[in-house]
Amino acid sequence: MTNAAQQTNNDVSPGSGSEDEQQYLTFIMAGEEYGVDILAVQEIRGWEATTVVPNAPDYIKGVINLRGTIVPIMDLRSRFNLERVEYSPVTVVIILKVETERGERVMGIVVDAVSDVHSISDSDTRNSPELIEDLNTEFIRSLVSIDDNMIILLDVQRLLTIDKQLLNLAADVAADNE
Amino acid sequence: MSIDLSQFHQVFFEESFEGLDIMESSLLALDLSEVDSEMINTIFRAAHSIKGGAGTFGFMQVSSFTHVVETLLDEIRGGERSIEQEHVDLFLLCVDCLRGLMTDLQAGTEPDMSQADELKAKFEAILAGESPDAANSESIEAKAEGSENTSAADDTSDIGWKVEFIPCEDVLCTGNEPYRMFRELQDLAEAENGSVEVVPHLERLPEFSKMHPEMCYLSWTIFVRAAIELSDIEEIFEWVVDDCDIRYQRLADADLSSIEAHHSPDTEETSDQAEAVAADNNNENVSVEETSEIDVAISETPAEKIEQVTEKLAQAVTQQAKKETSVAPAKAPSKTAAKAAENTSIRVSIDKIDGLINMVGELVITQSMLGQLGQEFDVSRIQRLQEGLSQLEQNTRELQESVMKIRMLPISFAFSRFPRLVRDLSKQLDKEVDLVMLGESTELDKTVMEKIGDPLVHLVRNSLDHGLESAEERTANGKSSAGTITLNAYHHGGNIVIEVKDDGAGLNKDRIRNKAIEKGLISDDEVLSDSQVYDLIFQPGFSTADVVSDVSGRGVGMDVVRRNIAELNGSIDVTSTPGKGSLFSIRLPLTLAILDGQLVKVGEEVYIFPLVSIVESIQLEKSMLNNITGNQYVMQLRNDYIPIICLQDIFNIDLEKKDLEGAMLVVVEGDNEKIGIVVDELLGQQQVVIKSLEQNYQKVDSISGATILGDGTVALIVDISGLNNRPLDKNSDDQTQAA
Repeated sequence: MTNAAQQTNNDVSPGSGSEDEQQYLTFIMAGEEYGVDILAVQEIRGWEATTVVPNAPDYIKGVINLRGTIVPIMDLRSRFNLERVEYSPVTVVIILKVETERGERVMGIVVDAVSDVHSISDSDTRNSPELIEDLNTEFIRSLVSIDDNMIILLDVQRLLTIDKQLLNLAADVAADNE
Repeated sequence: MSIDLSQFHQVFFEESFEGLDIMESSLLALDLSEVDSEMINTIFRAAHSIKGGAGTFGFMQVSSFTHVVETLLDEIRGGERSIEQEHVDLFLLCVDCLRGLMTDLQAGTEPDMSQADELKAKFEAILAGESPDAANSESIEAKAEGSENTSAADDTSDIGWKVEFIPCEDVLCTGNEPYRMFRELQDLAEAENGSVEVVPHLERLPEFSKMHPEMCYLSWTIFVRAAIELSDIEEIFEWVVDDCDIRYQRLADADLSSIEAHHSPDTEETSDQAEAVAADNNNENVSVEETSEIDVAISETPAEKIEQVTEKLAQAVTQQAKKETSVAPAKAPSKTAAKAAENTSIRVSIDKIDGLINMVGELVITQSMLGQLGQEFDVSRIQRLQEGLSQLEQNTRELQESVMKIRMLPISFAFSRFPRLVRDLSKQLDKEVDLVMLGESTELDKTVMEKIGDPLVHLVRNSLDHGLESAEERTANGKSSAGTITLNAYHHGGNIVIEVKDDGAGLNKDRIRNKAIEKGLISDDEVLSDSQVYDLIFQPGFSTADVVSDVSGRGVGMDVVRRNIAELNGSIDVTSTPGKGSLFSIRLPLTLAILDGQLVKVGEEVYIFPLVSIVESIQLEKSMLNNITGNQYVMQLRNDYIPIICLQDIFNIDLEKKDLEGAMLVVVEGDNEKIGIVVDELLGQQQVVIKSLEQNYQKVDSISGATILGDGTVALIVDISGLNNRPLDKNSDDQTQAA
């Protein structure tokens, strides 16, 4: 059924406006292009100073006031263990929003620059090779090629849920205290 | 004219639950030796409005059940019967039962009527003049006889009433729907295995062109063939009695035979005709509306036969309405269940609202004054500007306070459940208990109130079960046989303190200790202060009760209590004197939304200390400092040794190590422990609105939340008791050694 549907879509209008296509906002970080589901993007802002949260993991730069809500800012470079760079006025913060079982969750990610918006069909995406079992690969949903450039599509939901390790760590600390 | 009644259901449930609360508290307050008639009236009124509401919204299970309750109450009210302890017990059971029914209905599930039926049987037995215990067997027989009764109903057909009901034309405009009354009558009659016949009269029907859709032109004669008291029928028409012409007549007196003769033979014939007419209509004009159908029928058939047509239509409408009512609950559940979760409401006294409106008025005046000033501003008017601004500040503060007050409810809302709880529990445990409640008018934020209910229940249950001794034990120890549990609430600084006190045996230190060693919570040779021993009862899985009773003793209680209270930024302490009793005191913030804060600076970051937890701020001098165990310093403040910590160490802020001498120290108190916190600088004090850090991030140790400062940046609020609990184990040891 789905195959047939895709077939017709491909026949009629290859690559444009088919129903299973999603739009992705892509951004550049350390020379690579990453993409996030555009529906999860709330807004794009310039970098501004944050309030440091005590004892936070180093990829959490702190929190900012986003029109009355407290929003944590994550440095994606340090999240992915990439080399750090100085923030400049053109450094961009993408504010992402996802629905979780605890309600809406908003978080900002610091990236080098915003690149483009692409429409990508699910059938064009490839799973990332399961070579490297590492924490950071679990944020990668799939890979896709556009004009011979590889784009890494990120799983926003995973990215925004502070990783389990950290939570376990907190639980351990709490247990130790008792 | 169909109104979606389900939109009012929420209100009905809220009112009914309130009514049930009133019934319960009045029943408990009832002194049987000297019955206050006003009290009975209150109970009756509450029951009556529940019944009325349930009837209106079609919750027949509730209304029919409440009806019997009300009947007994009515007899008591009328002095026909004196109220006995067994009645009170039964009424209380009913309140529980109704609450259960209501909760089921609210959740959209079919209520379980088994308990209600059982209670109903008891009531009917009492009404019939028997003792409630005899009722059970009776009720079964009654049920078995039920089928016979229906056949026997024919014999009793001369028992009943003829009601002539001539409503005034605008009866519909006043919100009274005759159909509902008929349905109620029918339910009433069916409860007695009787029947109701409604005969409409069309004399008043005007020409179709003159017909107003919202007017009622019909009148009815109703034959109620059932053994019902006239008062019951009157009650159904109670709401319309002023707008209508109603005449009641005993059926036996009315010429019953003639009525029968008038109706039954005609029926078949006329209905055939009516069907033919209806069929004709259908052929000619398929899409005619019902009203026009009546009209056509009127113009074509003699008046006599019209009756049957209208009756048919009425039946059709009835069926349709029935369909509607049966459909409504089916689609309601998902909606209401979701609503019940979020759609909580609050009742606010009109005084508070009026105050708020006044405040807003003043604010508007200040705003226009400032606006005018801004338009024609020059430097000479700077003083007026400052005055205006300070006025604005005052207005804002007042407004903020009154808005906060709207969320405040007297704590009696949380206390009100205890008289019943204590009554039931003391019966169950066979202990004599007096419950004393103090400070019931102390106001508390609604959210806090909702969350404090369960912990309080735990505490009271615990005090009753473990704290208070049995009557024999008490008299043996030279105490009065009845134990006392005191609930007290009062304001203390910016906090509210709720105390649960009993005059029982007190906590058994040795037992707690042994238990803790047995559970591996402490080691054999650990030296603990009294308060540390008492503190052990808040550990997960701890219970000293040798036998796990129904009431308490599963050991899940106290740690949950502490956790719930900690979630509210509150704390719980226990003090106990052997043989004299124990005291649990809960300290809670008045509101969760706003706090008075002291801004402090550490490095580049601004943090906020809740003002209520600050004892004093001082500049450290060398003479005050004592170094114990290397890096740990304590300070002598009057008679206390206070541990000193640097905020920058706890929060791992990357700063140079500070010289304690000359540093600014803020002495804070949380969980009854004082600590000194070294900060870089004291900034101003201001009220801050608490924002959640957890919503988008996660819980941070020693931080209770965040707020937004005047310049739009975020500042974190320091959780003093959290801070205190972190180094507590280490420091308290130091402290005890130092002292």
